[in-house]
Amino acid sequence: MKRLRIANGRIIDPANHTDEIGDICVSNRKIVSVADLAPDFKEDLKIDASGKLVCPGLIDLCARFREPGQEHKATIQSESFAAISSGITSVCCPPDTHPVIDTAAVAELIQQRAESVDLLRIFPLGALTHGLQGEHLSEMLALKRAGCVGVSNAYCGIANTDVLRHALEYAHSCDMTVFIQAEDHFLSGNGIAHEGAISTRLGLPPIPETAETVAVSQALLLIEQSGGRAHFCRLSCARSIALIEDAKKSGLLVSADVGISHLHLTEMDVDAYNVDCHLHPPLRSQRDKEALCQGLSSGKIDAICSDHQPHDDDAKASPFGETEAGASTIELLLPLVLDLVRKNILSLSDAIACLTSKPAAILGLNTGTLSPGSVADIIVVDLDKHFTVERTQLRSAGKNTPFHGWELNGLVTQALFRGRLVYQSKD
Amino acid sequence: MTLNNIQLDNNGRLKHFLTTEGLSKNLLLDILNHAESFVSVGNRAVKKVPLLRGTTIVNLFFEPSTRTRTTFELAAKRLSADVLNINIAQSSASKGESLQDTLQTLEAMHCDMFVVRHGSSGAAHFIAKNVSPGTRIINAGDGNHAHPTQAMIDMFTIRRHKPDFSSLKIAIVGDILHSRVARSEIHALTTLGVNEVRVIAPRTLLPAQVETLGVHVFHDLGKGLEDVDVIIMLRLQRERMRSALLPSELEYFYSYGLTEEKLRFAKDDAIVMHPGPINRGVEIDTQIADGKRSVILQQVSHGIAIRMAVMAMCMGSLAELSEEQS
Amino acid sequence: MSTEKHNIDQILVDMQDRLCAFLDESDITEPLLIGIHTGGLWVAEHIRQTLGINSPLGELNIAFYRDDFSRIGIHPHVTPSSLPFDIEDRHILLIDDVLHTGRTIRAAMNEIFDYGRPASISLAVLIDRSGRELPIHANVIGKRLELKATEHVKLLGPEPLALEFK
Repeated sequence: MKRLRIANGRIIDPANHTDEIGDICVSNRKIVSVADLAPDFKEDLKIDASGKLVCPGLIDLCARFREPGQEHKATIQSESFAAISSGITSVCCPPDTHPVIDTAAVAELIQQRAESVDLLRIFPLGALTHGLQGEHLSEMLALKRAGCVGVSNAYCGIANTDVLRHALEYAHSCDMTVFIQAEDHFLSGNGIAHEGAISTRLGLPPIPETAETVAVSQALLLIEQSGGRAHFCRLSCARSIALIEDAKKSGLLVSADVGISHLHLTEMDVDAYNVDCHLHPPLRSQRDKEALCQGLSSGKIDAICSDHQPHDDDAKASPFGETEAGASTIELLLPLVLDLVRKNILSLSDAIACLTSKPAAILGLNTGTLSPGSVADIIVVDLDKHFTVERTQLRSAGKNTPFHGWELNGLVTQALFRGRLVYQSKD
Repeated sequence: MTLNNIQLDNNGRLKHFLTTEGLSKNLLLDILNHAESFVSVGNRAVKKVPLLRGTTIVNLFFEPSTRTRTTFELAAKRLSADVLNINIAQSSASKGESLQDTLQTLEAMHCDMFVVRHGSSGAAHFIAKNVSPGTRIINAGDGNHAHPTQAMIDMFTIRRHKPDFSSLKIAIVGDILHSRVARSEIHALTTLGVNEVRVIAPRTLLPAQVETLGVHVFHDLGKGLEDVDVIIMLRLQRERMRSALLPSELEYFYSYGLTEEKLRFAKDDAIVMHPGPINRGVEIDTQIADGKRSVILQQVSHGIAIRMAVMAMCMGSLAELSEEQS
Repeated sequence: MSTEKHNIDQILVDMQDRLCAFLDESDITEPLLIGIHTGGLWVAEHIRQTLGINSPLGELNIAFYRDDFSRIGIHPHVTPSSLPFDIEDRHILLIDDVLHTGRTIRAAMNEIFDYGRPASISLAVLIDRSGRELPIHANVIGKRLELKATEHVKLLGPEPLALEFK
């Protein structure tokens, strides 16, 4: 039962509107006091956080740790270490594992694996339809009892709109949030890259903007009819943000996130067939990227996630269109978000909210805050620590990063998970 | 445009021939000039020059093609190179061996040059990045991206009939969306400084933002052909009807097929080209294809000379530059 | 570096005299003249006019037959060879400006044989200089020169023809 004191750091906790220098005291896995001098607290371990940021452990709304089913790419063990050393204490994983998370057994398996590694928490999303096939509803209540915090059909859209309607209605009556990766598969077809000047020049099969916007519109109208909460995952188009904003204004309980890569990269980065920039949804135009950034700063987009997809080398060692989509991003989530702060797209406090209180609200969790009595998931960050991204040095099993060579700031020096110091940087 | 860096060596000489995009006008003219030298080789008793004797050239075709492969083979043999033909159907490659593994196996045979045709855009670029230094790659067509030798054959044919590129108006008609030849031609034509490049097609057969390639878009064949010096017809594949891009071949021929009547909009001495193979009665009237304005057959014979030129230039870039001995 | 203009006319006259004598001795009445680009062509044109030969000159560009492709790569601008006659069973008179190592003549003969099978090939050169690397000799010579390995002679032209020494 270690007693810890994190001393003299700049405490930013958007959930409680805190931004001040002070101490945090932890005892018995819980936070005892925040920004209080707490002179009577006798700690076993003192962490000097002078000149550093102290904030809640980050919550990543979407990361694929590849277990069960694709352990050749990564495992819960390897990715947990990559995540916690980058400040992430809670991760939400989508249901497209192998087997799919459409039974309580798989949901429990994943959480037990996370427990045994004991570096962070994994909150699984259950499948919306059985096998993600888009035909039969999954046992959402059973999945909820097994720990799923929401349901989703991942990348496998539901073509039959009647099934989609019923799935939304059923999820509503189970009080489960539906996580929607909006894509009209007829419009995206076998597309690989954003439909535009770059895909035309490179001869890559195109994915039009409407592949996303049509699906978003359709889903919003069905959500309006069925009620319930829905969260739109990894928006990539400017137009989608406008649709979500209108929906919110008319009272729909919807939220949205954006993947960190789409806030920094565009279709231009795909030029010269850069396979590390093969993402799904694809990197879109400069105009779209700017709209995504603006959407974040104005609150139209609620959260940022890593959309972490580690791959084995073979998956990316092919001509562009034959590679698997996805980037390994979890370690760079925080530094890349801090880069947005540096570019004045977000204030530091809002940036941290996008990674803590907002994802917590979307997942319906009571973590993501530094309140006395809450579980002590806390990180200490050296905001000024400069580093250059080197793909071979990534801790993740997936070295497929589009940010190789980038100069970034912000490294986690300590991470507490459930009140235990589980990560300490070397210097 | 970083795709180009990989095509040239440190001295700006052609190392790999992957795309016409990003190459200088002088380099494109060099290719045409070299090809001129090689044309006469085909008219001699011994249709060979010993330039690439001892070199092994591999035709690595992941997509089947008789005509392109044959001309590359003839071109290599006329340069006295040894030729190896490897046809890897897409399905057998998908039986397990990755492209990278295939390459490594072949490289163990110490071949000097690969001529590659593949169904994925960017495949030639991928291969060029992954072969050992000293191995040369020529793109014989990758997905929808590029078919640079075919484009140069067409530039050669155009120049033989109309030597002043800067005055020419050129129209490319047909399925631009799926055409790697069209893309390579557009880059070559704009680099060579032609007066105007037009693309003429229904909306469904045009790629997004095609104007960014430097072309003017027309949906009406008559208007698009007005005052044009060179007409390049593209092949229309049957699948386009099945993918809901076009209603029927008949309707396509009616609006975009090149007939005597439509030809009249162009200049009186306009030439008609087609990279082949032709669909008579679909994109072009059979009489036009065989008529006196058509230079289609010449395009075929120029193919060998252009491919000889590109092979010789790429292999020649292995040499160190030094003062020429007298 | 020096240019000796006066000598060139005399050398040409000497060459032409010796050529006529050679053709007489060899009983060659209708030789096909082939000049090697570029200097050999200029010399060949002079000879053709002097001898009053009406048939066209053959032009040989040995660029694709050189033995140094792997060292210097492809030559940037190649005027293609052109032999506007059938060489089968004919007597060829191959003409070049300077005979040095013999490699150019070796390449030229290889190329000629790719056009057909001549009855004979005779070689006439304006200048025969020391430094042979192959067993090649000229049948007719304008002038013989002894030069060091570091010295070079070059024919300038086409009008007026002149020799340049370096």
